[in-house]
Amino acid sequence: MPERDVLLEVNDLERHFDVSAPALERLLQSKQRVAVKALDGVTFTISRGETFSLVGESGCGKTTVARCVVGLYRPTAGNIVFDGVDLGRLRRRKAMAPIRRRMQMIFQDPYASLNPRWRVRRIIAEPLVTHGLVADKAELRARVAELLEQVRLAPADGDKFPHEFSGGQRQRISIARALAANPEFLVCDEPTSALDVSVQAQILNLMRDLQRRLRLTYLFISHNLAVIYQVSDRVGVMYLGRLVEVATADQLFTAPRHPYTRLLLETIPRLDPPDDPLGGREPVAGEVPNPIDPPPGCAFHPRCPYANDRCRRERPSLLAAGGAPVACHAVQEGRLPTSVR
Amino acid sequence: MAAQPFYSRGMSNTEALLKVENLRVEVPTRRGTLVAVDDVSFDIAPGEVLGVVGESGAGKSLTGAAIIGLLEPPLKIAGGSITLAGRRIDNLPYEAMRRIRGKEIGAIFQDPLTSLNPLYTIGRLLVETIRTHLDLGPAKARGRALSLLREVGIAGADERIDHYPHQFSGGMRQRVVIALALAANPRLIIADEPTTALDVSIQAQIIALLKRLGRDHGTAIMLVTHDMGVIAETAHRVAVMYAGRIVEIGPVRRIVDRPSHPYTKGLMASIPRTAGPRGRLRQIDGTMPRLNAIPPGCPFSPRCTEALDRCRRERPDLMPANETQAACWQCAPVAEHANA
Repeated sequence: MPERDVLLEVNDLERHFDVSAPALERLLQSKQRVAVKALDGVTFTISRGETFSLVGESGCGKTTVARCVVGLYRPTAGNIVFDGVDLGRLRRRKAMAPIRRRMQMIFQDPYASLNPRWRVRRIIAEPLVTHGLVADKAELRARVAELLEQVRLAPADGDKFPHEFSGGQRQRISIARALAANPEFLVCDEPTSALDVSVQAQILNLMRDLQRRLRLTYLFISHNLAVIYQVSDRVGVMYLGRLVEVATADQLFTAPRHPYTRLLLETIPRLDPPDDPLGGREPVAGEVPNPIDPPPGCAFHPRCPYANDRCRRERPSLLAAGGAPVACHAVQEGRLPTSVR
Repeated sequence: MAAQPFYSRGMSNTEALLKVENLRVEVPTRRGTLVAVDDVSFDIAPGEVLGVVGESGAGKSLTGAAIIGLLEPPLKIAGGSITLAGRRIDNLPYEAMRRIRGKEIGAIFQDPLTSLNPLYTIGRLLVETIRTHLDLGPAKARGRALSLLREVGIAGADERIDHYPHQFSGGMRQRVVIALALAANPRLIIADEPTTALDVSIQAQIIALLKRLGRDHGTAIMLVTHDMGVIAETAHRVAVMYAGRIVEIGPVRRIVDRPSHPYTKGLMASIPRTAGPRGRLRQIDGTMPRLNAIPPGCPFSPRCTEALDRCRRERPDLMPANETQAACWQCAPVAEHANA
């Protein structure tokens, strides 16, 4: 295996949120502090130039990972190393700034992530001004025009306000803003989930072209498995704050190993349903448990058809068991039937 | 063809439960009247699931709202007719329509939390709905409520019936909403994005439930969604809407596998798949026109790679094309050749 040029390293990342009752109520009713472990030991690396995706159902912690990586949340434990620099050690804003310039984020909702009272020109210019990347007004103007063209908008669109654009066009504006500071690494949190499918294709194609042209590295987050399959090099599947499987996109979609990954892949509505459209394909029952009180052992065991005593007692760790890393006793013990897709 | 069940034909006029003809929904503005739904016609047979698909703003939800009489002013029905089991319902006074809503037509909306009153237990919500429409005493109504909850797959219904909506998860709430829609045994259910707010594994459970209802009770379902995968798994026929009009309608497999209208083709090609080649997706350039800027002729013509001069001048109506009906000048001659 060739030496991987690692850009981002996430080690044993934990992030807890305090969801306790108010202090007085705790005192009077002698309640305990309660913490949700939104992330409970997440480890992965991303190589330069690749697209690493996180997929999972709502509440699994994928957005929390994204927000920790760009510094919007401070990790409770674990560390994040970007290009050799441990972000947790950078305490001062000044020390953070050069790193911040190199990683940018694209948010899910293009209606909420653009200031409605600013013209598009100003929105895109903000990172340029903040990081002092342009010398004068003329250069600023030229750079904004260039960025707009890069995302296939017209330079004249800079004079408009966000409300004059459709959802897809707004997401282009978000991308232009993210690219303004010449970043190497983009964190994309559900960038197309609010868009219609024909527009989604435009944005995904644009992101792909930009990645090639600008040698970008993506951390891509989505709940949509088909989108994940199309854009990713490698994929991490999350369940209740932990990674349950990490594999290349091809491996994951042709030979999923973890029972949860299989469940996800089986339940996507397909354009070519296997039997007649009225066929009685009864889906797997059950829901994601409450993260405040996760089940002991493997968090997936209450929904897992292969769970045994060990699964109910002992939490599996992410181990490469003769293939891609997977956190499942059944896979590691070799008692899981191979799946055929 | 003759061996196919009635619902898989392109049109099934004879046995229609719901018949929508030339429906037009307008919204008056200071700068003139905008047409949000334009000349939409379709029908649904008992037990049939009709999928209505399109991008946001295509008019699919408004069509559903017009049928249940819940268009929000200033939106209004400006033309056409809606007939349910032989009775016109688009021009009924408010009170008469209120009795039909719930009794004859059930509704399921996207967000299960906002469609349930948070101050009532789900038992009270169900019993109230049941007693509004059916002549049942309190005890019998509660019994029916329990059996509805069991039918939609709520475990421990005896206990859960006294819980409040916030005590349920998203998927369970949507089951409660479906139980409410079923309360009076309606003949038609309008489901507007019923699975959009749910995770995939829960979505599959709700789809299976909807399918079972159509099969077991003969309930007709109009399923409005932007998710073609949900439609492919659930519907018998599909209507594709664009800029307020139906651009193609036909049996689901034909629309998915061999669409005729260039918009449907583009839509199907732009859906990412979970197998096969990866890489660039096919995209439709441009965006759907806003209501105040719908071009003359075919509304899709500015984005259409196959558009002719005629397409920009003259508006196509639905015409037979390859086992579906498509509103496209390019499709018509193809169909004629195929039949010749």
